[in-house]
Amino acid sequence: MERLHWVQHRCRSLLAGDSGRGWYSAPDGLPSKSSPDAHCSPHRVSGKRRTVSAQHGPHQHEHEAVSKSYKGNAIRTTKYRLLTFIPMNLFEQFHRAANLYFLFLALLNWVPVVEAFQKEITMIPLLVVLTVIAIKDALEDYRRYLFDKKVNNNVARVFCGKQKAYIDQCWKDVRVGDFVRLSCNEIIPADMLLLYSSDPRGVCYIETANLDGETNLKQRQVVPDLPLQGAEFTPETFHSRIECENPNNDLSRFRGYMEHSSGVRVGLHNSNLLLRSCTIRNTETVVGIVVYAGHETKAMMNNSGPRYKRSQLEKRLNTDVLWCVVLLIVMCLISAVGHGLWLKNLKDPIFVVDGETAPALAGFYVFWTMIIVLQVLIPISLYVSIEIVKLGQIYFIHNDLALYNEQLDSRIQCRALNITEDLGQIQYLFSDKTGTLTENKMVFRRCSIYGVEYPHEENARRLEVYEAEKDKAAGRSVTLKSGCSGKSLSCRSLSCNRSSVSLHTLTAESEDEEDQLSNPSNQPRTSAFSSRMAKEVVPDPELLRKLNWLCSPMLPLNEGSSGSPSSRELTYITDFFLALAICNSVVVSSPSQPRHVVPEARTPLKSLEEIKLMFQRFSFSPFSALSTLSPPQIKGSPRSFTSRLFTRGKAGSFTFSPSPSSTTADTGSDPGQESSLETSTLRPKLDSSAGGEGGNAGQMEDADAEDDSKDIQTNPDGSRQDVDVDSESDCDDDLLYEAESPDEAALVHAARAYRCTLRGRSAEGLLVDLPGIGSLAVQLLHILPFDSNRKRMSVVVRHPLTGQVVVYTKGADSVIMDLAETPKGAEQAQDIYNHIREQTQKHLDSYAREGLRTLCIAKKVLEEEEYEVWLKRQLVAESSIENREELLLESAQRLETNLTLLGTTGIVDRLQEEVPETIEALQRAGIKVWVLTGDKQETAINIAYACKLLRPNDQLLTANCGSKDACAALLEELKLEVQRGADSVTELAAAETHGESSPAGSVESFVLVIDGQTLDWALQEELKSDFLDLSRRCKAVICCRSTPLQKSQVVRLIRDQLGVMTLAVGDGANDVSMIQMADVGIGISGQEGMQAVMSSDFAISRFKHLSKLLLVHGHWCYSRLANMVLYFIYKNVMYVNLLFWYQFFCGFSGSVMTNSWVLIFFNLLFTSVPPLIYGVLDRDTPAHTLMEFPELYQAAQTSKVYVPYMFWITVLDAFYQSLVCFFVPYFALAGSDVGVLSFGSPINASALLIILLHQVLESHTLTWIHILVLVLSGAFYFGFVLVFSVLCVSCSPPTNPLGVETLQMSQPLFYIICTVTVVTALLPRVLFRALHSTLRRSAALRLAQMDKADAEQYHKRMQRWNLSHSRVHRVPVCADNPSLEPSSASVVS
Amino acid sequence: MMASSYNAKEEDGHHSGASSHGGAVAAKSKKPDNTAFKQQRLPAWQPILTAGTVLPAFFVIGLIFIPIGIGLYVTSNNIKEFEIDYTGVDNHSPCYSCANNFSWNSTTPCLCSVNFTLEQPFENNVFMYYGLSNFYQNHRRYVKSRDDSQLNGDQSALKNPSKECEPYRISDGQPIAPCGAIANSLFNDTLELYHIDSNGTRNAIPLVKKGIAWWTDKHVKFRNPGANANLTPAFQGTAKPVNWRKPVYELDPSEPDNNGFINEDFIVWMRTAALPTFRKLYRIIQKKSSTTATLPSGKYVLEITYNYPVLSFNGSKRMILSTISWMGGKNPFLGIAYITVGSICFCLGVVLLIIHHKYDNRNNSADIPN
Repeated sequence: MERLHWVQHRCRSLLAGDSGRGWYSAPDGLPSKSSPDAHCSPHRVSGKRRTVSAQHGPHQHEHEAVSKSYKGNAIRTTKYRLLTFIPMNLFEQFHRAANLYFLFLALLNWVPVVEAFQKEITMIPLLVVLTVIAIKDALEDYRRYLFDKKVNNNVARVFCGKQKAYIDQCWKDVRVGDFVRLSCNEIIPADMLLLYSSDPRGVCYIETANLDGETNLKQRQVVPDLPLQGAEFTPETFHSRIECENPNNDLSRFRGYMEHSSGVRVGLHNSNLLLRSCTIRNTETVVGIVVYAGHETKAMMNNSGPRYKRSQLEKRLNTDVLWCVVLLIVMCLISAVGHGLWLKNLKDPIFVVDGETAPALAGFYVFWTMIIVLQVLIPISLYVSIEIVKLGQIYFIHNDLALYNEQLDSRIQCRALNITEDLGQIQYLFSDKTGTLTENKMVFRRCSIYGVEYPHEENARRLEVYEAEKDKAAGRSVTLKSGCSGKSLSCRSLSCNRSSVSLHTLTAESEDEEDQLSNPSNQPRTSAFSSRMAKEVVPDPELLRKLNWLCSPMLPLNEGSSGSPSSRELTYITDFFLALAICNSVVVSSPSQPRHVVPEARTPLKSLEEIKLMFQRFSFSPFSALSTLSPPQIKGSPRSFTSRLFTRGKAGSFTFSPSPSSTTADTGSDPGQESSLETSTLRPKLDSSAGGEGGNAGQMEDADAEDDSKDIQTNPDGSRQDVDVDSESDCDDDLLYEAESPDEAALVHAARAYRCTLRGRSAEGLLVDLPGIGSLAVQLLHILPFDSNRKRMSVVVRHPLTGQVVVYTKGADSVIMDLAETPKGAEQAQDIYNHIREQTQKHLDSYAREGLRTLCIAKKVLEEEEYEVWLKRQLVAESSIENREELLLESAQRLETNLTLLGTTGIVDRLQEEVPETIEALQRAGIKVWVLTGDKQETAINIAYACKLLRPNDQLLTANCGSKDACAALLEELKLEVQRGADSVTELAAAETHGESSPAGSVESFVLVIDGQTLDWALQEELKSDFLDLSRRCKAVICCRSTPLQKSQVVRLIRDQLGVMTLAVGDGANDVSMIQMADVGIGISGQEGMQAVMSSDFAISRFKHLSKLLLVHGHWCYSRLANMVLYFIYKNVMYVNLLFWYQFFCGFSGSVMTNSWVLIFFNLLFTSVPPLIYGVLDRDTPAHTLMEFPELYQAAQTSKVYVPYMFWITVLDAFYQSLVCFFVPYFALAGSDVGVLSFGSPINASALLIILLHQVLESHTLTWIHILVLVLSGAFYFGFVLVFSVLCVSCSPPTNPLGVETLQMSQPLFYIICTVTVVTALLPRVLFRALHSTLRRSAALRLAQMDKADAEQYHKRMQRWNLSHSRVHRVPVCADNPSLEPSSASVVS
Repeated sequence: MMASSYNAKEEDGHHSGASSHGGAVAAKSKKPDNTAFKQQRLPAWQPILTAGTVLPAFFVIGLIFIPIGIGLYVTSNNIKEFEIDYTGVDNHSPCYSCANNFSWNSTTPCLCSVNFTLEQPFENNVFMYYGLSNFYQNHRRYVKSRDDSQLNGDQSALKNPSKECEPYRISDGQPIAPCGAIANSLFNDTLELYHIDSNGTRNAIPLVKKGIAWWTDKHVKFRNPGANANLTPAFQGTAKPVNWRKPVYELDPSEPDNNGFINEDFIVWMRTAALPTFRKLYRIIQKKSSTTATLPSGKYVLEITYNYPVLSFNGSKRMILSTISWMGGKNPFLGIAYITVGSICFCLGVVLLIIHHKYDNRNNSADIPN
């Protein structure tokens, strides 16, 4: 429920403070107190407003003057232009520190005194990196360019002043002030004000799927009070001027006014604005005037680039890189000092070239030389490598079959490319409940009306059957659904190139996402939230029987028959279902008229005087009629009640909805005037139609009212409908409801099961079938949409039968129960009402325990005068420009008081498949799972039980308190309790250690349940630490009734205070802030649009995918990357140290024993690919083992592949290896006639072999790809040096490679040296690995055996617990999850 | 070396679901391919290093290395090597005066002779080296200080040597040929060896000065400028290196193809040594016949023309006579290294065997499944 109309509050929360307040000075002279805020928003240009006037009109000059500064509609998302690419790209690239390092080295090498290599050679790494990145950037930019070109060249029909007609123009030529005409399924080229719609009511539907992923339709309204409300809009006659805000990125807000030539100003709102890249639906033609174009459109301003998050590992890597820098500086300093001392001790050496340099200065020079020589020590290329490796990892995650959802045909979407390894480090998981743990497929389960519970046994059974058949039905339901909506599908597929054009907001997305959007016909989800299961509600027989009284000829006029419900109860029931059917924002469509049903108001088909009277009698008003009547009077003498009503003058307001003609005629007129329509004009009509239908009354006796409703189409007023009758009856079942939230859909379907069918909707009215009465037009006066503060929505309608103004409210039970006040007046009425309330509350509680989502339905009958008064203020609120939202909220709150509680509904939201298993696996993996939900505490706890977050032997700590002090005390108390529990456990453990080893799982753990209000206190500064302390000791925490803001606060608290890795998973807009706050945000692409997905790092389609994603991919990615990073550092340290050792034998002069080309290429080419392969393909543990033993996830965390000491061990090993690799050849060749390069040759060769073989040792798996790459790397090195030594006669001047390698490799000594070097260098690593895995394996074995024993023990304990608890407190269990009975809870295997 | 459990998982034959959707949908389906590569099920060797699996490798290494080490050690020991220091640091040493009265400018060569005795006869070809110590031929600036193009006979480089040669690039306004510090510091002692018979007569031992440089250096890398065999005009307009007594084209006037840049002594010198203590091949003493030793045991005299100063940087000069084997000169290190490593491996193998028996046996039954 909290997600209804989420757009508003999501944007409010996202952009809180930024654009929440108005800057706009009201046109009618309201004091503008917002001017200080004018500079808060970055989007504004000096607080100016934008003036738009028609391009072809009297304001032409003004227009030209004003609109010069407005951007055209051409867009350019490319970063570079063709000519400026190279300088721009270089400029961009040198913003990266790594490139600056390379540049610094290259420049350093140009200083003659420190020059280490040839000048070109130090340029190579820089050039390679720059080129690779430039090519990547160029390709990306080119793709964007092509895309821009395609978008810019889309054609729209724009009004041309000269030709006085709409002509085709490219999008890029559309200007602010242009009139654009669009047809159905066309995409809106720029943000436009809707000036004309072919729809008679002046509405137009748009689909914002390209903007926010929502597939439901949104209604947009023509600007009210246009002077020329003619048949066809003529741009020539449009002389109004539009003043609106400057461009901003708030999708849900638009403010401004239109000043007509007459000086009249009309307020403009978001509902008048058509947003760029949305699609027009269900409306033939619309005309709009462009107010924002190109980059100034809201869609484009919302188009931010891809997310960049820095992973934890990268942060730690940075510290290690810093250590490498320290190491480098130390080594350089040693060299510098060494060189200085060495030089000082030399007297007149003939081999020193510039002997006159002072030793200190020479040492200083050497320092810089050594920085060039040892540059490889700083693993700059590591950053590039990591990026490549992550791309590879993403590729495999993306291609995982286990993360593919067959039903939705969707893979996992990896939106953040650089935090794959964080998946393997998660310690805290914050999950939303609805839609994340559960399906978010709401199914009506049971209800309570008038204090009477209707258990809907059949319905429950049906749900169980579905549960059982779900697997089989999975594939079938897809075809079923698409079959149902076949026609609407075909309509949608007409939408030619909609996705290709309007995708602009998504350019940052991966291609697959584009694919997904470009194939809308692939998606079975045409009708949102209307799965077969949700549609087919089996009515409760008792309720049905009561409802049937409506249709029966024998109305319960006399209170004789025992089984008959009281008329009052019937009223409640009818109103209840009416409220279910109409208190929503569901769009109705049927295949014959896809999303286009303009409901024609039809007069009631069975307007028997008797029925009318009965409904008159049913209508009750707690304020007037009821209060003066004693219950016996109501029950006993309905007629007198009715008569009293009439005599009290109520009949004056008794009116049916306007007839079709009047509805259309009044389109766009002020709703306030509606109320003044007197019944005198309508009544004769109604009476006549009623009389005409009188003959059909006999058919009323038929129990099946639906059939009746189809047969009775003979009335004259309904003649227009006759054409539709057949098709409508044919596809009666195919009515499609497109709801904004699944709850709504479930309720509408439920109402329909009781033949209270919502047939159509328009801005002015609703068409509802009522059992026994037939189609009724309900005049819709207002919709007070849902918002998360009020937690309710209301509709204000004129009751079709009583004609009163009635408010139907549907909302969260807590709110409604508070607002539902006991009617003043007669005590008996109060008694009855209080009884109803008590009963309902009882039912509510029991529903919540069952894990049902509860909604309360209430109504309120408004007195005419009361309504008038309210209406005035509402109109003021609606038309105000400044703080409109606040006024509307206030107005809504004023209306929604003194409600009469009708009843409550219980909606089942089934758990997704494998949720308990997943949660269990995650908990076994050592991840603390928190559930943050907006639901009731009982519901949340029950779901927690159902998904095994709560175990029967867990101790539940509940924190509900009303004040801060109480909260502080409570936290203290709970902490003590936990402490006691922990103490007893440790005692127990201490006692057990003598007997048998205490298995970790036997610890009784605590689960904290905290409600939103208490959470508010707990999150405050003073109590934060207590709360943290407490929650840390709990196994799980459930936060119920939490707001989106609280969710993100909790995540932030845990993340920052505990310094742990957090993951947030959610599916709705209310999870966005949490998802963005967490280290890893996961969106579930479910039923609620794409908002969560858009803000997430990874988007999955089922909760169960988390286990594979974290346990397998996270584990792999982390271990791969950590190992690769270590290997990379090892490789660099090892190789660079060879050069360092040589300094001891060349007077620390910065000389190297290798050709500089080989030196540079060694890192860049010869040994660069194997680590990449290693980082992408290595599997330290097979996938199924990881899935079977989630403990390995934690083990990987605690054993920490990549921790400081591993870094130092690696560095030490590298030092050892380099020592061996240098000194074995040194001793073998010392004193001989070996030349510099001949000396380097075996060192290099063995270093290469050691580095490659080291990787083989470190790899957990070797596939043919590994082998191939390793062999190729080796071959490449030897090939290169051989060719180099053959061909390089006078190249590469400082060194002299000619003939060196050929000679070396022809001598056995070379191989002898290499063999002993390689073996000796790798010996410790092999030994360590062998011992480690031998000893660890036995440890793992012990662990496994312990687990087994543990499981048995657990099972025994469970049985004991069940015995002892079965009488005390039976854990309520989701009826649709019979497998979750605690007694049969499956046990850890 | 490593345990390798071949983990080949065959692809699941069935493509679940895809077929049920019908052709058109299935074709467009975004279902990932069920290939071994994409599903990361590539058959892989899993090198699980455990005591049990590396154990044979250790034994094998031990068993292979120890014999090789013994072989190398024996080979190295069979190499005969004789070394004599003639620096002249000592008062008593014959070259003391030469060493201490050295001046680059003196025109008269300082001669000294060193007597020594070979205890054992040297068979086969005997290689005569000169050895220098504390001479940093691998100094960065020194190594660079040459012009390979000039040495390759490039005319323009001859007249305009590379800047790397500074400060030995121009002398008296004329380009130095060969330029650079390496060439400038060319070792210019002359060594002659005499065998003293039992009757006291000095027999000069023929020292072959060709074939001491690498073939590639001699024939590819180093070339005299100009096509002309007469080198004097070719080097016209160039100056000799500062420290040289004679220009490059007079290095070996007797042999035209050992003169100028392709003089083998020069070439050998130009191949800079890797370590500050090094030897360079000076001459080869060819084996005369299979019956007599190349250098029979007895008394010898080494006649030195002492031109090269090393005392200034605490260097020393040596003359080395050595036979060589297939593994090069005498160096017991490799043999010892092989024997040591082999023994260590063998011992570790034994240790691992014990560990294996202690820990590994139980695990075989409860393998973590792969």
